[in-house]
Amino acid sequence: MTAPATPTPAVAPEAAAPEQARGRRAPAVRRRPSRDAIENRVLAVLRPLIIVALLVAAVFPFYYMVVLSFRSLSSVVQDPGALWVRPEDMDWNTYASVLKPVSEGGQGFLVFMRNSLLVAAGTVVLALLVSIPGAYAVSRLNFFGRRQISALFLAVYFFPSILLAVPLFVFFTRIGLRGSLVGLLIVYVSQVAAVSIYMLRNYFDTIPASLEEAAAIDGCTRLQAMRKISLPLAMPAIVSNGLFIFMIAWNEFLFALLFLIERRDRWTVSLGLSQLSGSIEVPTTVLMAGSALLTVPIIVLFFASERLLVGGLTAGAEKG
Amino acid sequence: MSQVAHGTAQASKTPAPSRGRRFGRARRSLRGREEARTGFLLISPTLIVVVVVVVLPILWTVSLAFQDVRLLNLRETGVIGNYELDNFVNVLTSPDFLRALGTTVVYATFGTAAAITIGLIAALALRAPFRGRGAIRAAMLLPYVAPVVAATFVWSTMLNPQFGLVNAWGTDVFGWDEPIAFLSSQSDTISLLGWPITIPTALVTVIAFEAWRSFPFAFLFLTARLQAIPGTLDEAARVDGATPTQRFRYIVLPQLLPTIAVLSVLRFIWTFNNFDDIYLLTGGGAGTGVVSVRVFDYLTARGDIGAAAALALVLALVLGLLVGLYLRLFGRSEEGA
Repeated sequence: MTAPATPTPAVAPEAAAPEQARGRRAPAVRRRPSRDAIENRVLAVLRPLIIVALLVAAVFPFYYMVVLSFRSLSSVVQDPGALWVRPEDMDWNTYASVLKPVSEGGQGFLVFMRNSLLVAAGTVVLALLVSIPGAYAVSRLNFFGRRQISALFLAVYFFPSILLAVPLFVFFTRIGLRGSLVGLLIVYVSQVAAVSIYMLRNYFDTIPASLEEAAAIDGCTRLQAMRKISLPLAMPAIVSNGLFIFMIAWNEFLFALLFLIERRDRWTVSLGLSQLSGSIEVPTTVLMAGSALLTVPIIVLFFASERLLVGGLTAGAEKG
Repeated sequence: MSQVAHGTAQASKTPAPSRGRRFGRARRSLRGREEARTGFLLISPTLIVVVVVVVLPILWTVSLAFQDVRLLNLRETGVIGNYELDNFVNVLTSPDFLRALGTTVVYATFGTAAAITIGLIAALALRAPFRGRGAIRAAMLLPYVAPVVAATFVWSTMLNPQFGLVNAWGTDVFGWDEPIAFLSSQSDTISLLGWPITIPTALVTVIAFEAWRSFPFAFLFLTARLQAIPGTLDEAARVDGATPTQRFRYIVLPQLLPTIAVLSVLRFIWTFNNFDDIYLLTGGGAGTGVVSVRVFDYLTARGDIGAAAALALVLALVLGLLVGLYLRLFGRSEEGA
């Protein structure tokens, strides 16, 4: 509790700093380091405070999610300010009730999870299948229209999905693919293929072409060289790219909402949670359990692959 | 050693230019044709998917925007139809349009600025290494990687006036007179040092959410850029007696500005079009009705596809204009400097 009080005295010396700065011309040889020292001291106090505050802000909502998912609604209403679960209040029923199928009085999240998993895994496989050759081509081969195609893909990345939502909604309604996971999967592939090509291309660019040339001299065709030389070398990038796609597809909301809303048995976890959170019949703590089930796989995946993933995410940043 | 090698390479290249070049060209054209064919073959699956699922639908949006299409008469409309401007007239003259556009601009501007500012502070605070920094950096990215539906659900539960944690603490510990309906109150009057100030509560809350959710993105890119700044610059400034704030102002910030500029454009584009966050937090009510949520309403609630397409096009055009304007201004200032 003493911590919040510390910055207050520290602010006053800083306010005095400009005065010293003004007077530092002639006699300031001894005084100049004092501004430096003051700033350093202020920052030494501020820095940990800022780090802790940001960390709490970033992590606390997820902690709160897990805590709430183990409490009963009545205990939350009684004591909404509690920051932890008392052991005697620990309630696992929320998870059972959110996972059970609707016919058994649950919310059917097990089915939602299966749907999400199918769509996300399918998107990863399909998107990688089309984007690995594409990225290879953009990186290595010189063909007519290469620049334009790259530009097109980049433009797709920035395209507002709400603008795309209108025609796709109409189109899928007309051909009767609304309510099918396959339709959703195709849309996801189109959304991620561009980013995926961009990320993979950057990695292919770092693999020396001489390796493939050596293989060509040894009698490999180009496709053989690609499969046996470049692909294994690009594995780290491909894995991190796959995880990235998985997260996007697992988290996606708008298109799932547009395409699947009328078919409860096809809902993804995101859609299910958003639809049920509006109703009064389902207790918030039960939905919090569903929310934890939606978030935990992503967080686990993220921490397991964080090093790979962050490298991939910033690959674009270092270019400019 | 490398210099020598370089020299010999150049020497061997210069004597016989004509023969080498002609031979090279002939080979290149043969190989080049094969290369072009393979290249096109490899890129075509992606190209087909993108053209069919992205490019054609967007062209179709343009067509839809000029026709009277409703969900009910959808089956009768084709590419050739009655083209008219009614949708645009309706959408643009609707009394709420300007307010929605204004809300969108405010939301995108403040959301972007807040996210980048917090991201910058975070990147600077975590610049110097210490034990556990890697884990903290990873944890900072959680808001960005977590599913948006889960994040909005936790926020709306935390901010709930009946059993939310924030209001419980606010009334018990900080002495608020009554719980604040963060997500459903259009505006509240608070007194700051005796002055009554009216703030748009729900709009501020969704902006705060946007800042929370996307600061990790700015943090990630700024951290990467910070790591690329040579340490010698900082050291030299330190030897010259520059204080930490001076070093930030004159050494670090100029190096970060290009990255900040790019981030501003990216974040602005995404926030401007953002649908998920606001739809999930407030449903577009309480003064947070941004344009993208209106597009969704036209599309689903009213079933007016033509109007939805027209409004979506207007949104994209306004965004293009704003970004173009920004790039123009920024490009010019870059030239001047």
